[in-house]
Amino acid sequence: MTFVSDAPKENFRLGMLIYDTRYRSLTIQVVVLVLFLLFLSWLVNNTIANLEAKDRTFDFGFLLNRAGYDINQRLVDYTNDSSHLRAGFIGLLNTLLAALVGCTIATVLGVFIGVLRLSKNWLVSRLMTVYVEVFRNVPVLLWILLAATILSETAPQPKDFRSTPEMEAAGEAPKASMLFGIIAVTNRGTVIPEPKFCLGREREACHTESLQPGSPEGGLGVIDLGIFKVSLNLLALLAVFGGSIFVNRRLVRQANATQEATGERPVIWWKSLAILTVPSMILLWVLGLHWVVPELKGFNFVGGINVAHSFTALTLALALYTAAFIAEIVRAGIQAISRGQSEAAAALGLRPGRTMNLVILPQALRVIIPPLISQYLNLTKNTSLAIAVSYMDLRGTLGGVTLNQTGKELECMLLMMGIYLTISLIISALMNMFNRAVRLKER
Amino acid sequence: MKKSVFLGTLSAAALLAGVAGAGTLEDVKARGVLNCGSNVGLTGFGAPDANGEYQGFDVALCKAVAAAVLGDASKVKFVPLTGETRFTALASSEVDLLVRNSTWTFSRDVDLKFDVVATNYYDGQGFMVKKDLGVSSAKELDGATVCIQTGTTTELNLADFFKANNMTYTPVNVADDSEGQRQYLAGACDTYTTDASGLAASRATMPDADNHIILPEIISKEPLGPMVRHGDNVWGDVVRWTFFALIAAEEYGVNKANIEEVATTTTNPEIKRLLGTEGDLGAMLGLDKDWAKRAIAVSGNYGEIFEANIGSATPIKLARGLNALWTQGGLQYAPPFR
Repeated sequence: MTFVSDAPKENFRLGMLIYDTRYRSLTIQVVVLVLFLLFLSWLVNNTIANLEAKDRTFDFGFLLNRAGYDINQRLVDYTNDSSHLRAGFIGLLNTLLAALVGCTIATVLGVFIGVLRLSKNWLVSRLMTVYVEVFRNVPVLLWILLAATILSETAPQPKDFRSTPEMEAAGEAPKASMLFGIIAVTNRGTVIPEPKFCLGREREACHTESLQPGSPEGGLGVIDLGIFKVSLNLLALLAVFGGSIFVNRRLVRQANATQEATGERPVIWWKSLAILTVPSMILLWVLGLHWVVPELKGFNFVGGINVAHSFTALTLALALYTAAFIAEIVRAGIQAISRGQSEAAAALGLRPGRTMNLVILPQALRVIIPPLISQYLNLTKNTSLAIAVSYMDLRGTLGGVTLNQTGKELECMLLMMGIYLTISLIISALMNMFNRAVRLKER
Repeated sequence: MKKSVFLGTLSAAALLAGVAGAGTLEDVKARGVLNCGSNVGLTGFGAPDANGEYQGFDVALCKAVAAAVLGDASKVKFVPLTGETRFTALASSEVDLLVRNSTWTFSRDVDLKFDVVATNYYDGQGFMVKKDLGVSSAKELDGATVCIQTGTTTELNLADFFKANNMTYTPVNVADDSEGQRQYLAGACDTYTTDASGLAASRATMPDADNHIILPEIISKEPLGPMVRHGDNVWGDVVRWTFFALIAAEEYGVNKANIEEVATTTTNPEIKRLLGTEGDLGAMLGLDKDWAKRAIAVSGNYGEIFEANIGSATPIKLARGLNALWTQGGLQYAPPFR
């Protein structure tokens, strides 16, 4: 009988934490972690001590107090009697609106410019190079200020639209006139017609009443969710349009199936068009849609929706700036696809446009999406430059007026950082989901 | 801006542990320089001149304090602050003293923990419009677009005024005075509102000053004054009594030109105490005997400072009004130097 003796069991000694490579890295990590936590606790402790020394408290109760100030762009109801919390919410919505519109425009522009930069047309590709280099090499704040200045200095003042009796007698026209008779571009903002609904109302009376500022939307009305109101008209429209899209997809699937089976693709574009538009139009007709055209009254245009230049300048400048970066990302993505792919597509007889849309871009998306996420995040965070052009975003309301009027710097800044962090993480998560959907499926 | 405010708060929190103990007066003496929070640029009150030197009504008070404490009116570092950054800067000890058209309100005094030690200018909020707008009263501004500096008391007064008169308006929130003027001149707003003195100062710098009028309505009380941190009474006393010395000097006819002469010839015991030839008021403040004399000698008494910077001989053309001495029907009044 033989015994295979185990290797002599080494007893654990304290020195092994440093000299034994098995434990050393763990030791270092623990030490660093403890030091880091100590630093954090010192920071928190110091802040608390200093707040106490200054006899200041740390609480968020001020958020429920009356805000007392007005905001010019309100996506949901707000008056100066609302709370600071509500004002912050208005600012948050304004931030999100600017970010959403900015990202959309930047993506469309960026993809176009990125593709055109690779164009064989010398002039087009050089022009796009100039665009990219100019826009991404000048700080975005300057672009925002430039856009705001151009808009406010070149557009006519509201009073230039006025036609006085003397001017009419002299046969003179006002200095400025409305675009197509319905859109007023002033140096304060662009006033566009506003949709109102006249369901079940006498047309004439409804028309005159809806010219009053602040008149209800009409139609199916709104439901109050407490935090904000939702337009039932919009919900109905979305539902009908969503249904149209669903039916249209079935139609396209059928067409694809026919093509697979017979090789002939049935002509369906007019059916698609009808399915997508007719139901929505019928719904709008039933609801009694009519447009309230802005009208000059007193100092400003009344009626219609006023898109302030601060918003236009901010989103436009951010979109143009970010589009330059997105263009480079798209170009890099396209160039990452092997040339063999486009040659193979050409060999199959695909035209260049369809090669780009069906072969190159879908593959390029895998390379494009990850850096695109960071551009979306950049754009969203850059909206905090809004105060430069008087746009009341989250930074302007919660981190600006509220912070100043209440003097709660620490609370407001922490809250604002938390909100920006949350927005960024949500965008990041959504884009990562999209990325998982388009990336190369590997076994 | 966001970052800097936060970093300011954070570093203030970190640094203040050591600073909190010592008083501001000792700090200023040890440093040899007075850090004075000033306007970014408001002509007549606090703005850099062609040589980059700060000049103005508020600036003169900073210089007087520096002369009283440090013996040299040039030992002031002016820190330009916007309406938004001023209170953080004062709370975090970035500046020792804030003289920047800041209104004395309950919440700033009690909640933000600042002491307004005196009122160096009694002001009220007004509206400026272009003449061709055809408006002669603020009550006709229903539906107007109003440019308003963000982070100020005027922002809240504006909301209250329109509400009280059952009118509507569209605010355009601008970051500082220069941006407000630009937007107003470009016609992006119908009217620009801020303290009436600020409006007069802005109008003075406009190329077509005659085409702009300041409407008669004054919609609020805006007592503007130098601010110090709450709880440091020694320093608060120094600033308060330096300012009162300037008022008292006007009351007793002591000015920049005659101060040396008056100091040697006067027989009035109050003036003697003020100028340090009798008694030891300076020592009580922790300063030397000549503190008030030096403060007055920098740019003269209160009346001289007023006339030189914002008075009727300057482009700003402000009348003394409420800011006249109490003996002339105004509100400026210094307690006895005794």
